[in-house]
Amino acid sequence: MPTATAAATLIDVGSLEKRFGAVSAVRGISFTVRSGEIFGLVGPDGAGKTTTTRMLAGVMRPDAGSIVIDGVNVLEQPELAKRHVSYMPQRFGLYEDLTVDENIRFYADLFEVERQVWQERADTMLAAADMTPFRKRLAGQLSGGMKQKLGLICSLVHTPRVLLLDEPTTGVDPLSRREFWQILYTLRSEGVAMVLSTAYLDEAERCDRLALMNAGQIMFCDTPSALKARMAGAMLEILGSSPRRLRDAVIDTPGVLGVLLVGTGVHVHVDDPQRALQIQEMLTAQDIPVNSLQTVSPSVEDLFIALLDQDIGKAPVP
Amino acid sequence: MTNPTSSGITAPQIIVEDLVKRFGDFIAINQVSFSVNRGEIMGFLGPNGAGKSTLLRVLCGLLHPNSGRAIVAGIDVAQDPEAVRRRIGYMSQKFSLYNDMSVVENLRFFGGVYGVSRRDIQDRLHFAVDMAGLGGREDSLVGTLAGGWKQRLALGAAILHKPAILFLDEPTSGVDPSSRRRFWELIHSLGEDGVSVLVSTHYMDEAEYCHRIALINHGKLIALGTPRELKRHALDGHLLELSGERIGTAIATLDQSTGMHNVAVFGSSLHALVDDAELRIPEFQAQLAAAGYVGITIRRIEPSLEDSFVQLVGGKK
Amino acid sequence: MKWRRVRAITIKEALQIVRDPRSLMIALLIPVLQMFLLGYGISLDVKHLPLCVYDQDKTTQSHDLLHRFSASPYFDTRPGLHNYAEVGRGLDTGNCRLAIVIPTGFSKGLADNGGSTVQALLDATDTNTASLAANYARAVIAGYSAQVQLDAIQSRGGQMQTVTPVEVRARVWFNEDLISRNFIIPGVVAMVMAIVGSQLSSLTIAREWERGTMELLISTPVQPMELMLGKLLPYFMVGMLDACICLALAMFWFDVPFRGTLIALFFTTGLFLLVVLCIGYYVSVSIRSQVGASQVALILTMLPTTLLSGFSFPIDQMPPVVQGVTYLISGRYYVTLLKALFLKGAPWSELSAPIACLTVYAAVMVVLAARSFHKTLD
Repeated sequence: MPTATAAATLIDVGSLEKRFGAVSAVRGISFTVRSGEIFGLVGPDGAGKTTTTRMLAGVMRPDAGSIVIDGVNVLEQPELAKRHVSYMPQRFGLYEDLTVDENIRFYADLFEVERQVWQERADTMLAAADMTPFRKRLAGQLSGGMKQKLGLICSLVHTPRVLLLDEPTTGVDPLSRREFWQILYTLRSEGVAMVLSTAYLDEAERCDRLALMNAGQIMFCDTPSALKARMAGAMLEILGSSPRRLRDAVIDTPGVLGVLLVGTGVHVHVDDPQRALQIQEMLTAQDIPVNSLQTVSPSVEDLFIALLDQDIGKAPVP
Repeated sequence: MTNPTSSGITAPQIIVEDLVKRFGDFIAINQVSFSVNRGEIMGFLGPNGAGKSTLLRVLCGLLHPNSGRAIVAGIDVAQDPEAVRRRIGYMSQKFSLYNDMSVVENLRFFGGVYGVSRRDIQDRLHFAVDMAGLGGREDSLVGTLAGGWKQRLALGAAILHKPAILFLDEPTSGVDPSSRRRFWELIHSLGEDGVSVLVSTHYMDEAEYCHRIALINHGKLIALGTPRELKRHALDGHLLELSGERIGTAIATLDQSTGMHNVAVFGSSLHALVDDAELRIPEFQAQLAAAGYVGITIRRIEPSLEDSFVQLVGGKK
Repeated sequence: MKWRRVRAITIKEALQIVRDPRSLMIALLIPVLQMFLLGYGISLDVKHLPLCVYDQDKTTQSHDLLHRFSASPYFDTRPGLHNYAEVGRGLDTGNCRLAIVIPTGFSKGLADNGGSTVQALLDATDTNTASLAANYARAVIAGYSAQVQLDAIQSRGGQMQTVTPVEVRARVWFNEDLISRNFIIPGVVAMVMAIVGSQLSSLTIAREWERGTMELLISTPVQPMELMLGKLLPYFMVGMLDACICLALAMFWFDVPFRGTLIALFFTTGLFLLVVLCIGYYVSVSIRSQVGASQVALILTMLPTTLLSGFSFPIDQMPPVVQGVTYLISGRYYVTLLKALFLKGAPWSELSAPIACLTVYAAVMVVLAARSFHKTLD
């Protein structure tokens, strides 16, 4: 966890832009990441997360803007920057026809890590990931969760100061996902700066700070709790047997900012938590069956939508 | 566990009993049983490789089950797969529409493929276009449309022939949240019209949109119920969130506390599974204060589906 | 340039080659198959040509002539025909490629006038075979003719010294038996090297793109030159192994005489292999799909080597413009060198020019290939 004393800024991104033909994938992105911080790029597909991560990793050149990683200007000296950065692309980069050990050795050699150092690190990390019995197995024969862990181990073998992860947990089972995050938290305590992109909005809450991205721009950039606080009002969950009736009854009620239909009821975004009472009374009066009504924490998706609506001038409407 | 719809009719449109599907030695579907009622929206949640796609393919009549039964719209899938396909609609993330054809051309094509009669096709075309919100853009090439439009249009194409059952295979990948919500509203209105919908997804938060959900892992059905039921009952205890300065270092202090099942870091807070929230919250407050922590807040939180999933699969939190 | 990284890439490629059955097959099986198929399959010699005869004369003399034809190894005499219609049908159906018609009065002509004519009908759809067949037929008839003359003289009781005005004694150099195989096999070796070298290397970069490992590779400090060296080294070794197999087959199985030095042979083969590998590598960098890369690489290496190197068609028979183009084909130099080394045993002084050309070619290709790779996704 980041301490109160200032941790060094390891990543500094300024006004990054990238176009593909006529399409602007990234339009002016800026953020900083400190040592020992997990920074999340959160947003749907097409928001520009992967493109941004690729530019940080030095595998794609931006059209405009600056990237400084660990004091090195990535645009001017990309190869120098790569020495202390580790990149885990969405497709990992594992060689399926090489064994676990052979994969690790390959990347250790590419980064010129001393033999003893990388062997020790490999032993430790593989044991922590419960993968020691699988060292001689071909990477192609590992399960999805294990491939992901191996990908991470390969990217950590040269002890990077900066770790860039592009949607590392997509489609992976929740248990492995959880273990993966525990590894990230350990790295955090060792001072590694991490940028992690994800389309799972609920993963955003696991980050220290996050940037909500949409259509190539950062809409908001702050800690998860600060972002939630920024969402005005409160969220009510009303469960009942006819969600549609609930919705129709509630939608025009004063103080209601938005209603979302869910399977078993509705989520209502109100400007004030006190509205709950009014709504309860109104529903009883109209004889609409309600199983429960309570205040809930807004999900990151609620957040995203609400902030998007609040900001409707800036973000393009689909 | 039947769920009465607003129309009050309960009739299973899909019945699956002890379904098994093997590929050589690998068991992709392992004794799965469930049913889906008319107008019900059932979600299948699970990671990649869990067997969701295989299950959908069996129900569509594309794969032959090894044992067990699957009855879709009253037809045994193994006996007459062709008839099944006439009664269902299918929408997949992997392929939806032809990018180099226009909206209308795509709809006509699918209408023809699904055997929609000439008499009905015009009406259905208008319905689909309206549903997608593409009025006035019928001649645009699909490739020029943004993700959300394509998704709604693909849904329209899948229901041109008014199927009673709709299968959606990872339908909302790659779509922004607003479009996703709009999409789910459409699904709900279909449900109210009596269409049974089966959705498979690896996004746990999509579960909220469904009436009931089934959790799948390694080909097995590990839980079945409403999102609320699964969240509450699957977890063996109460979930607490502890936040405050330096809270991450407090794990060691709290790990061995009475009533603590397990505690782990979650972002800038700790999530702790305890036996009784009311009992333990003041205890932990006291413990942390004694250890020198200030400004700590502890509150009970609703577990997520992921928590339930992990619990059911047998891992620690 | 860090040799540790080059070594890491070489080891990785080598492991991948060994564990991939498809590339192993390309590497080891195809050369052997090609050598056998083409070595035995292509023969420019003509033997057992189907021959039909229509004997209108049916005398002792005509039978003698026909006997010479049936005794000849070049012809495969079919049962005699009875009329022109059958002759026509025979040629049409391909039942015979050559038909000999001996007219009535053949033997009478020989007895009376000292001369007779015989008609030969040829299927000339394959002009090469047809002209050879005509020559063979002429040779047989000339032999018969000489015999007739000798008999005639002897029957008159005279002694005659057969004096022939000019006799051509052809001495065939380098390929005394005129076995076309000796001329073809070196060309086949070049073709096989072109196929193997280009196929193996054209897949290597494209495969990394397709499998998604390239993205991670370019995010590491590895340099383009290190990558190329590391990747081509194992393929070079495999290629030289194939060369040994092919050359050993040529020398010991097909008995193609070898008169040069082994050093020269391996040096030139190594150069040609390098050229072909670089072409394949360059294609692999430019085309990010394995299927596309291997096809383009094949077109750029095998086709020119087969058609324009002097292997299938003599260069000096080509139009001047095309002859000029062949100077750009590395296969030309290699085939020339192979033929020189195998059949001629030419000294270094003669080999130096094509070797120099091939060396320059290889150097240019190496530079081109190394600089073609950029560490960027777009």
